[in-house]
Amino acid sequence: MGLFILRRVGIMLLTAVCLTFIVFFLTNLYPNLEKLSKSQGNFRMSDAEVETWLGNRGYTQPLLVKYGQWLGVMPGYVIEGSDGELRGRCFETGLPPEEAPTFCGVLQGNWGFSTVFQEPAGRIIGEALALTGKLMFWVMLLMVPTALLIGVLAGMREGSATDRSLSTVAIVTTATPEYVSGVILIAVFASSAVGLKWFKGTATQAMENATFENFFLPVLTIALYGMGYIARMTRASMAEVMTAQYIRTARLKGVSFPNIVVKHALRNALIAPFTVIMLQFPWLLNGVVIVETLFNYKGFGWTLVQAAGNNDIDLLLGVSVVSVFVVLVTQLISDIGYVYLNPRISVS
Amino acid sequence: MDPLSWAEIITRVLTQFLPVWVSIAIVFAVSITWKRKLGLYGKMFDSPIGMIGFALVLFWVFTGIFGAMDLIVTHDSLGQSAFMKNEVPGTPLRGGDESAYPYYLLGGDNLGRDVFSRMVDGAWVVVQIAPLATLFAFMVGITLGLPAGYFGGRLDTVLSFLANLILAFPVILLFYLLVTPEIVETGIPSYMATVLFVFPIVFLAVLLNSRYHTRPKLRTPLLVLVLGLTGWLYLSLISQAGTGVEVLPQALDLFDVPGGILVVFVAVVFVNSPTVFRIVRGLAMDIKTRDYVAAAQTRGEGRWYIMLWEILPNARGPLIVDFCLRIGYTTILLGTLGFFGLGLPPESPDWGTTINDGRRLLQIYLHPALVPAVALLSLVLGLNLLADGLREESLRD
Repeated sequence: MGLFILRRVGIMLLTAVCLTFIVFFLTNLYPNLEKLSKSQGNFRMSDAEVETWLGNRGYTQPLLVKYGQWLGVMPGYVIEGSDGELRGRCFETGLPPEEAPTFCGVLQGNWGFSTVFQEPAGRIIGEALALTGKLMFWVMLLMVPTALLIGVLAGMREGSATDRSLSTVAIVTTATPEYVSGVILIAVFASSAVGLKWFKGTATQAMENATFENFFLPVLTIALYGMGYIARMTRASMAEVMTAQYIRTARLKGVSFPNIVVKHALRNALIAPFTVIMLQFPWLLNGVVIVETLFNYKGFGWTLVQAAGNNDIDLLLGVSVVSVFVVLVTQLISDIGYVYLNPRISVS
Repeated sequence: MDPLSWAEIITRVLTQFLPVWVSIAIVFAVSITWKRKLGLYGKMFDSPIGMIGFALVLFWVFTGIFGAMDLIVTHDSLGQSAFMKNEVPGTPLRGGDESAYPYYLLGGDNLGRDVFSRMVDGAWVVVQIAPLATLFAFMVGITLGLPAGYFGGRLDTVLSFLANLILAFPVILLFYLLVTPEIVETGIPSYMATVLFVFPIVFLAVLLNSRYHTRPKLRTPLLVLVLGLTGWLYLSLISQAGTGVEVLPQALDLFDVPGGILVVFVAVVFVNSPTVFRIVRGLAMDIKTRDYVAAAQTRGEGRWYIMLWEILPNARGPLIVDFCLRIGYTTILLGTLGFFGLGLPPESPDWGTTINDGRRLLQIYLHPALVPAVALLSLVLGLNLLADGLREESLRD
């Protein structure tokens, strides 16, 4: 088991390095840099001026060197610019250049500086993650129990009327992407024109003070899309377990139906949904981006859209690294959890 | 003129869709009459769920096609009218000429465009892109997934690692990295198109060659013909003035894919193919242990023959079901791209863009966003129901 986890972690780190490199490459392409220099310097710079501006700030170094510096495994650049000013990646304002550390990358906790928000990118990401964490917590709390309940109820008696209707509900929710369900939910529950006006159509206030009124719609919108999928998986797994020999034995012994479901079937039926729930995280990330944009909730997804839309290279890199890591870690947990939960799989 | 009542609006909308109803009725009548002779497609008509799904899908397909033929749309989907901004459904047209359709059936959006016509034209965008992009994703996934599953070993390790790499990207991040004007300027999407669109040609070539290589007299002309045609299509598809890939002279270039469509297409294929790869790989690993594969190996058939003519046909059930689901997913992805204003032109009538336009005034005016939302929902729902019906019927035997 130890060796298995070690190998998985190794593959995960390799994947993370590859992915961050791809993101780094794509965000540091020349048109992006040109746009950056023009928005930071001034918009009427000539091509040669752009070139010197970038050169003075270390952007014209070879890609691998830049990546190493960003990661923090290569010493940060120190360049005496064409204007005579000494600039370094690790220089901080107010400190003499001699005292600057040699390495300053993501590994040292330096995430760079956001040009849009004029703040260190690390701090913005931290705040956004806290807000999104709050959102995700409620999503999970709503989605997982509901989905499992629907799945178990539907799969317990395959082909019954309950099964048919619950499965249809599950199919409808999987067919509704967040930007559709969000629009419909706002129209029905929050619109000032015809709707019921039960909830608020924006979640901006929920950032400080989340109430049922301003926070329920975004949570429900994200939860709905994932719910159907988990419910269908649970249903399939439950239906399979219910046909197993040991369930038949229990029935023939005269165990009551609720007892069979709760004591015999449930635990075995929940192995497959566990993996699915963990693998839902990458999808939830999508949902988070859409819903935070739709409801104007300034969390992680909203930050991603702002960073990508405004060519904020450092912030976008930071956001990408965090989201890639979230995905990889959940994959790892789901792999290990699957092996751990399922006695039929051995790794040695 | 008075605004229409809801009953009148519904009647008029239903009349407007008349060619669609007729076509659906014909397809259903023909299919049900001969359903015993039509294989899996015919069997789908035994399942009510599958039939409902198929009807929904057909509705949007015909709407798209007839909409493009100008049979259904009532107004130009890009034409703006200053008098019709944010008007509610059923408002009579003001300020238009006499010959125009006298009402905005489903109201006007914030620029005074007809919501109904935009919905119909949006269907055409989806019908054009989604099935074709899914098909391309399947070609890529099958061409790489079959050998990965069949040979295993190092090839499998490398390809699976690459697939997992792409799958670990959150889709929206990938779109934001690939479909921005700056990246398009560097030509990376065009180069990706050059690589991705080779796969269908490779697939066809290997498919035909493995089957007919024992009969060179038939094989050689067939291959020349097929490769020549697909090669020409391929070159005209990828070569576009000003994108860094210009191989064909203008005179030979059959068609130009407009604006951001090619980029959107590439992004969607790129996102879908790793999942298809994983499915095909899993199926190939499962099927290669069967007796008929062993029999083919004993007969001395080539590896590619076994993969493409023994394994692939036997994997068709799950693949067809996944194909339906994946068209739905591609529709959702297209909507996502439109919703974030990526790739497609800003005045494009596709549903995602329209939802994005409409959501800003959603608190006051519902219809501009609600109409495309319901349209997208019903199409994806139809595809999911169809897939469900197909799965049920294919498992039955």
